[in-house]
Amino acid sequence: MKPAPFDFLRAETLPEALDSLAEAGDEGRVIAGGQSFVPMLAMRLARPAVLVDIMGIAELRGLDRGRGALRVGAGVRQAELASWPDLAETLPLVAAALPYVGHVQTRSRGTVCGSLAHADPSAELPLCLIALGGEVHLRSRKGRRSISAQDFFLGMMATAVAPGEMIEAVSFPLKKKGEGYAFREIARRHGDYAVVACAAVATTTGVRLAVGGVADTPQMRPMPLPGSVDLDDALNDFAWALNSREDLHATARYRRELVRQLGRATIEEAVRCRD
Amino acid sequence: MPRLTRDRRHGVRFSLNGHPVSVEAEARLSLSDLLRHVVGATGTHVGCEHGVCGACTVEIDGAPARACLVLAGQVEGMSIRTVEGLEPEPGRLSVLQEAFRAHHGLQCGFCTPGILMTLDSLFRRRPDAGEDEIRDHLSGHLCRCTGYAPIMRAALAARDVLMREERHA
Ligand SMILES: Cc1cc2nc3c(=O)[nH]c(=O)nc-3n(C[C@@H](O)[C@H](O)[C@H](O)COP(=O)(O)OP(=O)(O)OC[C@H]3O[C@@H](n4cnc5c(N)ncnc54)[C@H](O)[C@@H]3O)c2cc1C
Ligand code: FES
Ligand code: FES
Repeated sequence: MKPAPFDFLRAETLPEALDSLAEAGDEGRVIAGGQSFVPMLAMRLARPAVLVDIMGIAELRGLDRGRGALRVGAGVRQAELASWPDLAETLPLVAAALPYVGHVQTRSRGTVCGSLAHADPSAELPLCLIALGGEVHLRSRKGRRSISAQDFFLGMMATAVAPGEMIEAVSFPLKKKGEGYAFREIARRHGDYAVVACAAVATTTGVRLAVGGVADTPQMRPMPLPGSVDLDDALNDFAWALNSREDLHATARYRRELVRQLGRATIEEAVRCRD
Repeated sequence: MPRLTRDRRHGVRFSLNGHPVSVEAEARLSLSDLLRHVVGATGTHVGCEHGVCGACTVEIDGAPARACLVLAGQVEGMSIRTVEGLEPEPGRLSVLQEAFRAHHGLQCGFCTPGILMTLDSLFRRRPDAGEDEIRDHLSGHLCRCTGYAPIMRAALAARDVLMREERHA
């Protein structure tokens, strides 16, 4: 349980970090809060030659509210976002999901963007980003590009981040008038990764459901409203289409049942919460 | 930009229970190993070494965190509080420790230093923390002995004493 040796670079500015990542190429990795990466290093599931610590970079530490979205810099820890006073008002879905991301003891260090980069199929923040239709802002020495949440998550722990590139920030679209949001998850114990997690967004015209923990990445579909006789069928179709994983936490069948039950409850709650 | 190369140890400076510490360590060493093996402060326990058990919990800049998930390369400038920092004076238990003793909040004691640090940081920030909040904080810890009920009793008893002290302060 000891990491293999690496060079550890404490970047103080963004250009320093980007230069180091460009030079290291495939051998280099960002370290942010370390809450997912350090276990992987300790188990030697990852053996990078160079780690670039981005937590000392002042310009990555900001929360920036503007143009209909909250932009969260790569240096912002989950606990900082959770204690942002406007969170419940402007991002109710994220406010509801954050308490399920690990524990107080991991949120104190883990970052919001680190969770997206890690891209665990059961993770709550990627699910919220998909449900809200957010955007990930990537940066490399060559320049910037922004990618929609849908195109960012490529597979289990696989994202669109290329070697030499890093996440600079993420944008979560803010609550819109007339919309309702709900988040629910089932885990063996509070703070564990979800067996199944659901996020629903009810708009003035319909409702969409995003499901995590079942397929390799969070998936989203428009759904009929709760009053409709078609909702059960739609949930059942969705549950089967997710091609559920089977692991030591749950069978595929149990996960499908959770998608149907939890999915309905989440949709109903989101519709109830519309204002 | 500080570059901690893999071939040798590097200087790490931080504050431990209010005292400045300056040691040499490889960047890949965990904070838990740094405390135990380099500094010699063995009060912080190590269970799983990959973030799941909470035994290694210390306070970093006032917030509880898992020492096994922090690399020595990240420790520079941190203010760290460990179980050794809890006793108000040598040989005297803090309110929290005394409550654990009185309510049998520990059996083997392996999980205890971590749990104490989580509760210490909680009660410093929120001396009136409610039962749900305490439970939520304890969810980051595993205890194989007590079944948690005596830990809850100890935590609530400590909170009540601390709250009274706060009011009379
Ligand atoms: C006991 C425990 C329980 C947990 N439970 C949950 C849970 O229920 N739900 C959940 O979602 N998570 C959970 N986590 C993981 C969560 O705590 C991590 O914070 C998160 O997954 C990673 O964020 P980090 O900042 O710690 O990233 P790190 O661990 O530093 O990095 C993780 C990965 O992302 C990459 N990375 C980080 N930042 C960037 C960036 N800016 N650009 C490019 N790449 C980057 C790293 O190279 C690495 O591959 C848990 C962790 C523990 C230890
Ligand atoms: S030893 Fe650190 S969490 Fe188990
Ligand atoms: S007292 Fe033995 S593990 Fe908690």
